[in-house]
Amino acid sequence: MGQMQFGIFTVGDVTTDPTTGRTPAEAERIKAMTAIAAKAEEVGLDVFATGEHHNPPFVPSSPTTMLGYIAARTERLVLSTATTLITTNDPVKIAEDFAMLQHLADGRVDLMLGRGNTGPVYPWFGKDIRDGLSLAVENYALLHQLWREDVVDWSGRFRTPLQSFTATPRPLDGVPPFVWHGSIRTPEIAEQAAYYGDGFFANNIFWPKEHYQKLIRLYRRRYEHYGHGTAQQAIVGLGGQVFMRANSQDAVREFRPYFDNAPVYGHGPSLEEFSEQTPLTVGSPQQVIERTLKFREYFGDYQRQLFLVDHAGLPLKSVLEQIDLLGEQVVPVLRKEFAIGRPADVPDAPTHAALVARRDQDAQNEQASVDDMTEAVAKG
Amino acid sequence: MKTMNEIARDAVNDSALQPTQPLRLVAVSAGISVPSSTRLLTDRLAQAAESAAAESGRTVKTELVELRNLATDIAHAMVTGFAGPALAKVLDDVAAADGLIAVTPIFSGSYSGLFKSFFDVMDNTALIGKPVLIGATGGTPRHSLALEHALRPLFAYLRAIVAPTGVYAASQDWGTESDSHHGELAARINRAGRELTGFMLCRPPADGRGTGVGAGVAGHGVAGEDDDFDTDEIVPFAQHLAALNP
Repeated sequence: MGQMQFGIFTVGDVTTDPTTGRTPAEAERIKAMTAIAAKAEEVGLDVFATGEHHNPPFVPSSPTTMLGYIAARTERLVLSTATTLITTNDPVKIAEDFAMLQHLADGRVDLMLGRGNTGPVYPWFGKDIRDGLSLAVENYALLHQLWREDVVDWSGRFRTPLQSFTATPRPLDGVPPFVWHGSIRTPEIAEQAAYYGDGFFANNIFWPKEHYQKLIRLYRRRYEHYGHGTAQQAIVGLGGQVFMRANSQDAVREFRPYFDNAPVYGHGPSLEEFSEQTPLTVGSPQQVIERTLKFREYFGDYQRQLFLVDHAGLPLKSVLEQIDLLGEQVVPVLRKEFAIGRPADVPDAPTHAALVARRDQDAQNEQASVDDMTEAVAKG
Repeated sequence: MKTMNEIARDAVNDSALQPTQPLRLVAVSAGISVPSSTRLLTDRLAQAAESAAAESGRTVKTELVELRNLATDIAHAMVTGFAGPALAKVLDDVAAADGLIAVTPIFSGSYSGLFKSFFDVMDNTALIGKPVLIGATGGTPRHSLALEHALRPLFAYLRAIVAPTGVYAASQDWGTESDSHHGELAARINRAGRELTGFMLCRPPADGRGTGVGAGVAGHGVAGEDDDFDTDEIVPFAQHLAALNP
């Protein structure tokens, strides 16, 4: 897998198609999401990420169940989330669910942690929204430990203590899944990602890019501060929202009713205004290529690009056509163009194989320095 | 928290403290009709502030904003969470101003929805410490206390410095006297203008001028690198961790 990863992320909304008035059943939508993932692999995309929601009109409440199913039907696709709720899920269960998935998927797994955008979810899982940020901090500290230490003694504010606890199965090859931290407004989360040397993801949809630039600049600066590398070596992921047809007028005409009635931004600004003010691109594949290449100018060289293509009631057929266009016309060009001028010391997108190799390399270096020291002592 | 150096730098940059610079005043009218008596009152209040400043040897640069022209942008910002370019510029201008005049028609006993919506989409730190002159218009003088019951608490919430004199103009206040400049309304306008100017001239350095975190609406305007999170304000992560186990 090359320097950058490209893929799709889905919210998993069940939305009425405004052009037909038809609303898919939950089963249909869930199966559609797996079809979207299969298509992503078929056309050569790298990543499929699903949201996590616990309220209608959304269906994906159990991401590792869905990703396990997809893992069995794919060979190369990296399976991820956007986002996994670090606040309301028990970190012990996250540790186990994703380690399990890692084994089943032969390491093709990472995850993105977030606090979610739905306030009422907290009490549904016995939590208090006023603890939101503290939950994100404590739960991740525990998750991080559970994946790195075989036997954990732990106590904290938000769950029962653990004594001589071993999360099972252990991470594949002893290497935890790579973690991204996703946030659209919280500097503390950028700080958290930087502190651990994890990735930071900005969903880069629905709002002007300037908003996300601030967060990513902060993350990069703090990543360097914590000694994980230079600011330009920080691991950045971005979203994006597109709808394409060969002819850009066709794309605008077809997408407009979906845009006008979409959850979140529908019944607000016009498609044209929203396209100008946010990263949304509705047009030809070439327009999507040009717009996406600009992201590097705004955010620096980055590692992962995910596109939102399946919301607002778009029928599966149109969505699969979007993924075809991404795979056939857009992503090959993006791979080539993004590689040009990319500094050699900017890391590739994280993969399980790369993380294993780095772990082994670090161990080797450590052994070498121990050997040097032993030798020096012997000579001394 | 700002360092002493930053506060000093802000003070130097503060046009209110630099007699050569004109004072920056934004006058917001929520009048609906064209022409509107709300706009008329807004203009008169701005003129009064300008005259009062002139008496102190200062000039005022007034930017007049008609909210009716931004009505759609304001509605869009409510829905999307961010301001389009035209509205973002006005919000930035208000945040950077030395003073604000805010005038609304009284509808159903209070400020108009458009007027409130404008301040709802504004960063809720933009008016901290900013002198504000409030005004309102209505068909009858019976609604005049809406200034005190509705507008003043709104700007108190936003931590603005509200001039003691608010000016309410009912239809009957306009033109009933042949020489209105010496009438009661004119006297109130002039007094309010002087109060506003007085506050603008001795304004304390404003804190958090519209770039604060936790804004009501996501970062409007164009964020340059100047707009970045201040590293001094970032709580190091170790402190977040330590706070869990006090």
